This record gives sequence, C-alpha cells and structure tokens, in this order.
Amino acid sequence: MALSFQLSTISPTDEVWSVSQLTRAAKGLVEGEFMPIWIRGEVVQCKVWPGSGHWYFTLRDSASQVRCCMWKRDAERAGAPPKDGTEVFVRAKPALYEAKGEFQLNVSRLLPTAGIGAAQRELERVKELLQRDGLFDLARKRPLPKLACTVAVVTSVAGAALRDIITVVRGRWPACRLIVVDARVQGDGAAGAIAGALRLVNRLPEVELCVLGRGGGAREDLAAFDSEAVCRALAAVRVPTISAVGHETDVSLTDLVADVRAATPSAAAEQAVADRRDVLRQLDDLAARLAGGLASRASLAEERLARTADRLHAGVDAALRRERHRLERLGVQLDGLSPLRILDRGYAVPTAPDGRVLKRRAEFAPGTSFRLRVADGDVSARVESS
Amino acid sequence: MTTIAEDLSRLEEIVRRLEAGDVELDAALALFEEGVARLRAARERLGAAELKVQTVLEEAGGELRYTDLDG
Repeated sequence: MALSFQLSTISPTDEVWSVSQLTRAAKGLVEGEFMPIWIRGEVVQCKVWPGSGHWYFTLRDSASQVRCCMWKRDAERAGAPPKDGTEVFVRAKPALYEAKGEFQLNVSRLLPTAGIGAAQRELERVKELLQRDGLFDLARKRPLPKLACTVAVVTSVAGAALRDIITVVRGRWPACRLIVVDARVQGDGAAGAIAGALRLVNRLPEVELCVLGRGGGAREDLAAFDSEAVCRALAAVRVPTISAVGHETDVSLTDLVADVRAATPSAAAEQAVADRRDVLRQLDDLAARLAGGLASRASLAEERLARTADRLHAGVDAALRRERHRLERLGVQLDGLSPLRILDRGYAVPTAPDGRVLKRRAEFAPGTSFRLRVADGDVSARVESS
Repeated sequence: MTTIAEDLSRLEEIVRRLEAGDVELDAALALFEEGVARLRAARERLGAAELKVQTVLEEAGGELRYTDLDG
C-alpha cells in the first residue's frame, strides 16, 4: 500500500536527481555566491591531521556552528593550533564538501582576536609617539633628486620587490647603480634587521636616494614596517626616502615617515629614477636652444661689425681670426652662425707679404704688392695709384 | 667625472646665459663649446650605460663589502 502510494506520486516525467547531482549543484550555488570573507567565532575541537598537517576544527557562536578546514601551508603561518574556546577571526571561503554533503569553510588565515587587539594597541602607541615627535610632519618631507644615479634599496635580496625594482629601473634609467642592503622583511628580527640596514645606508656616501620596500603580504607580515625602530631609522636616513610596502591598499607607518609613499615597489622605482627617453628629449631641447642662443649672439656681433665695417681695424681683424679658428673647431654645429661670414658678404682684408694687416692709406703706396683675403682664400693685388 | 645631473644643470645655465644675450662674444663662444662638450658627454653616458646592481654587507671589522648581483 505504502509502495503503491509512493509510486503513484512520482510520475514518469518527474526529474529524479542523484545525490551527487544535488551536492554538485548545491556546491555550485554556495561557492558561486561567496568570495572569501572574514568571519568571527570561537574555535573548538581543532585537530591536526597526522600526515597531511591540515587542520580541521569547528567554528561556532551561541547559535550555530560550521566545520572548517585549513590546509597545512596556511595553518603553518597561523602558529600553534588554537585551544578550545579561542575567539578568532578567520578568512575563509564557504564551500561544500561533496563527498560528505557537508557545508564547510576553507580557511586561509586565522587570527586570535586577542592578538589583533594587542597588535592594534601597539600600532596606535607607536603612531602617537611618532606623531608627537613630528616624524609625520609634511614640513619634514624632502623633494626627491631629479636624476638620481645611485639608489640604495633596503629589502630582502630574495624578494619579489627587488626583482620588480630592478626590472623597472633597467627599463627607465640604465645609467644607474642600485645598492641593495639586504634585510629580512618579515618574521622575528625583521624590525631590527631593517633598522640596521637603514643605518648602513647612511654610511654609503654615494647614495642619493633610499627606497625601502617589500611585496604584498598578510597584514601581520608587514608588521616590521609599523615598528618604532624602523620608523625612527627611516627618519634618520640622510637622503630622501621612498617607502613602498605591500599592495596599493596597505599603508604602513613607514609610508607616513618616508618623504614619498609609493603604492608598490614598482611604483617606487618609477618615482626613484628618471626615464632615459625624457632626459634625451631634454638634451635635444637644450641642444637646439644652445645653437639658437649662440646664433642670436653671433648675429648681434655681426650687425655691430657691419656698422663699423668702414673702419675695420686690426683689432677686429685679429678677433675675427681668433674667432674663426675656434668656430672651425666647433665644426658643423657652428656653421652658419659665424660672424666671419661677413667675408662671404664681400668684405676683404688686405695683408702685406709678411702677413701684417694693411690698415692705413700710407701703407698703400703706388706699386705696392699686397694680398687680399676674401671669403674662400686670398688673391694678389697691386696698388695702381693712391 | 661629472654626473648627468650636473651636466644637465650646467647646460641649463649655459643656455640661459646665451639666451640672455649679454655675454661678450668671446665668452659666448667659450660657453657654446662647453655646452657642446657636455651635451656629447651626457648623451654618451646615457647611451652606453648598463644598470649596475650590487649588494653591500658590513663585515665583522665594520668594513663595507660590495658584491655584484646578477639582476
């Protein structure tokens, strides 16, 4: 009877799902709906799976609970497994584990709320101190050198930040020398290492600019850049500084202390050095103005010479000779600018066989032979009558 | 050896003085010559340059040791 009742309620046209189909569809819905989010709750029953090292625990509040799993790679960064009852923030993506049909959270980060509170309080304390001492004052900010050729980079030699900086600088300003002062940028001892590296920069006399940076990371990985020691060492660097820590959205206290804050290490490199192409254009412009400047100066002289051409005397002649010699050395760049071009216009200079310039009527007795210097050489001449 | 920055700022100064037009011709020519030389030097330096990346370490005795780094 029961059987026929059930059969009678399912028509042959009704769609019947398999369990797998259902869980797959539900998984698609859940995982399509949520991006990774922060969730606050209390951890219970945290187990480290032997062999894999993954963590499995339950996160709960007063009304609900959800199963959580955290892969070994992420769990390692979270420190020791939390004890029952620890209140935490987790960064997680809601998911559905098909094999068990279970709704769960895939946790990538886990931060005890107590720790967050302590870190936040320390940050506020340091910030207030530095503010009081004027380290954030805009009046302290120094302009960056326009054409820095020697740049110190304080970062981890193994980090992505350094690779990015090298790539950008090589593309823009190869006439540059980068001096990398290696420092571990996260974990125990990072703050001391960075502060030490910054002090070392002050012992490099050739350095014109200092970049402090590291690539993106979790907030706690950037903690060294909020430390008082690092901020004070950065403020004491004798050359202008750029701070480039993490991604666009991360702001560290070093960003507030440095003369310039760059969003990323690549952006820091762009601000640190000029673009070679811009400077070449600037040189072209200067070359044109240089030629123009001399041309106007030379034509002024030429006008003056023309006005006094009737009384063209030895002094002018000597000056012309001297100037022509120099102009010839300057070659093509000067061609067309020379006041000597006055000879091209038909002026001529008479000289005695010994090279002396003939300047007075008395020197032109009838029958005297002399040479006449014209634009492209000289010709011999003789005085018919005076 | 001068730096490109020094060359550029000297060039700016030379051009400004030439453009002002109150320099004696002799001095103007000398400035021009210097300008041409500085232009050439700056262009050559920009053209030939290859990025140099080094690390610096403080040795036990407090001395600094530079090492070339393959970028």
